[in-house]
This record gives sequence, structure tokens and C-alpha cells, in this order.
Amino acid sequence: MAVLHSAPKFTLIDGLKDALSGALGDMLVEAKEEHGELLLTVQRDSLEDALRLLRDEHSYQQLMEIAGADYPSRPERFEVVYMLLSLTKNSRIMVKVTASETTPVPTATTLWPNAGWLEREVFDMYGVVFAGNMDLRRILTDYGFEGHPFRKDFPLTGYVELRYSEEEKRVVYEPVELAQDLRTFDFMSPWEGADYVLPGDEKAHTPPVDEPKTTDKPSDTGAGAKTDKEAEDKVSKGAPAEEGTEEDRTPAPEPTEDRKDRPKRKGKTKDTAASTEPKGGKK
Amino acid sequence: MSGLHLEESPTTGDDEITNYTINFGPQHPAAHGVLRMVMELDGEIVERIDPHVGLLHRGTEKLIEHKTYLQALPYFDRLDYCSPLCMEHSYVLAIEKLLNLEVPIRAQYLRVLFAELTRISNHMLNIGSHVMDVGAMTPNLWVFELREDCMNFFERASGARMHSAWFRPGGVHQDVPEKLLVDIGEWLDTRLPELFGDAMSLVMDNRIFKQRNVDIAVVSREDAIKWGFSGPLIRAAGVPWDLRKSQPYDVYDRMDFEIPVGTNSDCYDRFMVRVQEVYQSAKIIKQCLAEMPTGPIASDDRKVSPPKRGEMKQSMEALIHHFKLYTEGFHVPAGEVYVATESPKGEFGVYLVSDGSNKPYRCKIRPTAFSHLQAMDMMTKGHMLPDATAILGAIDVVFGECDR
Repeated sequence: MAVLHSAPKFTLIDGLKDALSGALGDMLVEAKEEHGELLLTVQRDSLEDALRLLRDEHSYQQLMEIAGADYPSRPERFEVVYMLLSLTKNSRIMVKVTASETTPVPTATTLWPNAGWLEREVFDMYGVVFAGNMDLRRILTDYGFEGHPFRKDFPLTGYVELRYSEEEKRVVYEPVELAQDLRTFDFMSPWEGADYVLPGDEKAHTPPVDEPKTTDKPSDTGAGAKTDKEAEDKVSKGAPAEEGTEEDRTPAPEPTEDRKDRPKRKGKTKDTAASTEPKGGKK
Repeated sequence: MSGLHLEESPTTGDDEITNYTINFGPQHPAAHGVLRMVMELDGEIVERIDPHVGLLHRGTEKLIEHKTYLQALPYFDRLDYCSPLCMEHSYVLAIEKLLNLEVPIRAQYLRVLFAELTRISNHMLNIGSHVMDVGAMTPNLWVFELREDCMNFFERASGARMHSAWFRPGGVHQDVPEKLLVDIGEWLDTRLPELFGDAMSLVMDNRIFKQRNVDIAVVSREDAIKWGFSGPLIRAAGVPWDLRKSQPYDVYDRMDFEIPVGTNSDCYDRFMVRVQEVYQSAKIIKQCLAEMPTGPIASDDRKVSPPKRGEMKQSMEALIHHFKLYTEGFHVPAGEVYVATESPKGEFGVYLVSDGSNKPYRCKIRPTAFSHLQAMDMMTKGHMLPDATAILGAIDVVFGECDR
């Protein structure tokens, strides 16, 4: 496919995929070239060796980023993606491992000192544990935060909200309370493969009945005798409010609560006439 | 117990002084935002720094997952609010890379022009606050004048001074008035060199400024690479690495500019690299103004970029496209890309994962400050407490971007 976009153009090295796949050997799970990016999925246990090989033998000197991603439907739901940059070859690759909540990923802090915070962030946001990281504290969330907010099953609003309590003279945490639910729209059109039945569509598949049901006599309908003679009227008399006199109508309900008058203000009202009225008198 | 011990001590107790831990921030004018640093001091010498970040964490990446691609764009202005258009740049390029979308040449020129204007505006803020952090007042006031001029240019282009949301997938939101380009050209020829030159003449050879910056936080080239430095920090370490040059995007490959590099890799070099970058940015903008062709400013792919208002009055098709784009948005082919551009602070990257729907499945933002701030401990160790502010100023952190 011809490249039309104007995104950053780094050097695309011929046969890089094969060269790196060959070098990684058994450590490699999958190598994929997509959208002009090379993605190498490696075995989790041999991640450190793979990264060291790429850094030392293939001159990917810089670790720019570690990104986590959550795919809850997979058996190992998390992906940890390492973005490597080669300053000498002017090339970028992504190295990927999968992990679950219970399977630790080997740390990269032994190779790059800046991996420390990047791993802390993935741990904070997804709960992926990095074995060997000596300082795996939370980094972006609040002190004492619980949960891993970027997981797909963590609600956008979170579970707690905080406010300053005048009584307790400190910030307090309370369960989040929304006046209105967040609106989520479903943009998947039915003709683009949505996996639900449109309202009304379920009737399309009911089998036709052999004998259609008819109601010939009033007794067949199951209704009893008319309750009074008014029910027999074919035309209604109109709304009840329109008949009868003024006195017949139901009066407005009494006030349900007697509120006390607001206490009088103690302070004097400031005289604002000077600032509200036009100056210089009438013209 | 220790008090008892002190009383028995034959000395006055001076030898009992231990290291002492202080809290720098989170509300400190030299912290450039909400940074808390737990510092362990031995007298006035910094022994260890533990920066605590995340006080401005807003969960931008999670919010983006719940928005369409276009609705997510304004979040980028709010990351590094000192260089909003450069933040948008990475994001729109990432979307365009997934879509393989061609951008009209005028739009590419406009983007480069305004990205460079953003760089000037960002450096004005950083240079100004850096000199103020080490004690000088006047230059800050002068360069803020220039920043204000840049803000006015952004306002005339997009209607907003800071949160422009002007770069769009497929181009830019709207064309600029001819007069604006003329005014920018004039500004570059007269006001910028005069005012900036004056302000810098007060600083560059100033004895106090040099005493506070030269030989402070020297980082070797190897360390700079190992710690994932980028932008002015890696260039100050003598590595001529600039993504605009090495991995050109938009029309940067047509631009003729130089990459300033440092020799000593200290705070003074970082400052001077930024000063020189301002002149290089001015050079790029002048080339843009001279070479910019006329033509469309957004892609004509109606499945991605909206039709003109006038067209919508005439054509049913255009009206439908407009409605669909602003309700459902556009769908992006499945895949994942990592797109990084040279923001004024360094490499600003966006790792965008699409599942083929109208919302990003995952959007990881690579802030420049994370790697730099992490090296704060390494850089400050052994320096005096007041040097920490100079080092922080030379890193150029903005917490909107660092904490996301």
C-alpha cells in the first residue's frame, strides 16, 4: 500500500523483520509488520534477554515508553508494549509481552534506568507486576488509592469522590454519586454486524399460526357485563373539569408543609443605589 | 533516650546532626506546577530526591477511550498547556497513519508553521521562568510579551488563545486570514529579534546566571541516552537528535534548519539550546510563509473530514456526512501505531490502538517529562538545594503533560 500519510518517516530497513526474528529465535512468539510498524511479541520469561539482545546487538539504545493495554476477553488479559528507538539506525520497533494479574513480567530496570517509572505506571494503571523492580509503588493515582483505574472493567467515574468537609476540617472520600448516569451511545449499526436484536425484530421469526384467533361474540373476549350505563355510551361526555360549576371542582391542594419565615438578616443591606443608578441625573 | 545521650555528650552536640528531609512542593512557585519532591539533605547538599508526580492526574487516557476520535482531540491541548498545538500534532498524525490519509500540502505547511510558533511560545515561557527561578526578573517580563503575541496569533487562527483544537485529522480546522500570515512575517522580522535579543543579552553573559547554571547537573551522553532523554536535553548532551530532522513529518523535510547542540551538557547548555531553537523556529516559519501554496486546508475524504458550511446548504450528501461525522464520528481501521513528534520539550508520542470502531481502544500518551523528571535524582545528587530549581527549570516540565 502506498504511503499517503505524513506521519514521521523513520528508516524502514529492508528485511528487518526477518533479521530480528532470526536473532530472537526461540524467544519470539510472533513478528508482525503493520501500518509501517514492526511489532515483535516475545516470551514473557525471556523478555529481559530479548531486550538486552535488541539493545546491545541491534543498537536499539533508547527505551522511550512502556504502554499497558487491557483485553479482558483474552486468557492473559494484559499487554505490555516496549517502544524502542535506535538513534544510530533511526528506527523504531515495538516489543510486546502478555501478562495476567498473577504472572509477573521481568523488569527492564536492569537495562534502562528510566524503565522504573514507566513500569510503576503500568503497575498503577493495570496492576501488572514487574518482578525485580525494587520500587514498585503507585505513581499517578492518589496516596492510598485502591484498584487499577485503566482496566476496562473499572468504571470511568471511579468508585470514590472527594470533597472538603467543613465539619471534619479535612478532605473526605465518599462513594461516588451521580445525579445522572453517564450516557453511552451504541454506534454499531445493525447492518455492520451488531450482535443484538433490534426491538421488534424478535417477532420476525415467530412461526405462523394455523388457525388465526378471532373474536366473533362479546363473550369470546372474556369481558363481562358493562359496569354502568355510562360505559355503554359510544361518545364520552368530555373532561370532568368542563362540566359542573366552579364550586364543584376540586380545589387546589393545601400546602403540604408550613414553612417558617426565613430569619431576618442581621447585617444591614448595603445601599447600592450609587452604583446602579445612572450618574449625572436625567438629560 | 536520645536527649539523655546528648546531655552526656562532651561536645556541644553538633556531631549529632543527621540528614534532614524536606518537602519541596506541591505548591511551590519553582516547582512549575504541582510537583512534590521529598529531598534528603545533608546540610545544603542534596543527597537524594524522590519526586512524587501524579497530583494533576486526570485520567486523560481513560477519558479518551470513551470519546470518538474527534472528541478526544481537545484533551491533547490540555496536556502540555504551554505547547498545545504540538500535542495535537502527534495525535492527528497517529490517526492519519492508521487511516493512511493524505493531507493537502497547504495544511501541512500550516501545521508546521503553527507547531513552530508553538515552540517559540513554549520556549518563551520556559526561558522566562528559568531565568526567574535563578533570580532574574526583567527578562521574564519581556519574553512574556512575545508569548502574548503568539497567543494572539493562535487566537486569530483558531479563536482560542490556548486550547485551540485547530489541528484535525486530515488537515486543520479552518484556513488562516491572509493578514495573519503577513503579521506573523512582520513580527518575525521586527519584534521577535529585537525583544528576544534584548532579553537574552541581559542573561546569556550575565555573571550570576552563569554561576547558577554552568556545570550544574552535567549528564554524560551515555547517561542521556540510557535515561531516555529527548529534545533539548539530549541535544545539550551533544547528540544531534531531532525528530523533525531524522524522522520528518508533514513538510519538515522541505525545511532548511539547523539543530543546535550543547557541548557541556549542563543547565546553561540546555538553556542555550532553547535560545538557539527559537531562532531556528523563526527560520522555519519564514520558509513556510514564503513557500506555502494556496489550496485546500483539509482532506477531501468526506468520511473523515467535514464538508464546508456552504456546501452543506446545497448538498444533501454533504449534510449527511456532516451529521454522521459529528455524531458517530469516523471509524479507524484496526491496528496499532506509535507516532512520536518533536514537541518543544522532547519526544511526545502517542501509542494508538484501534479496534476498528469510532473510539480509540487504547491511547497511551508518552510524556516527555517522565524520563527527564525521573533522572532528577541522578542529576541533583551532590548539588546544593537552590540548584534544584535551576535543574527543574532546565528540564522544562509541565504537569498537565507529565501526569495526564
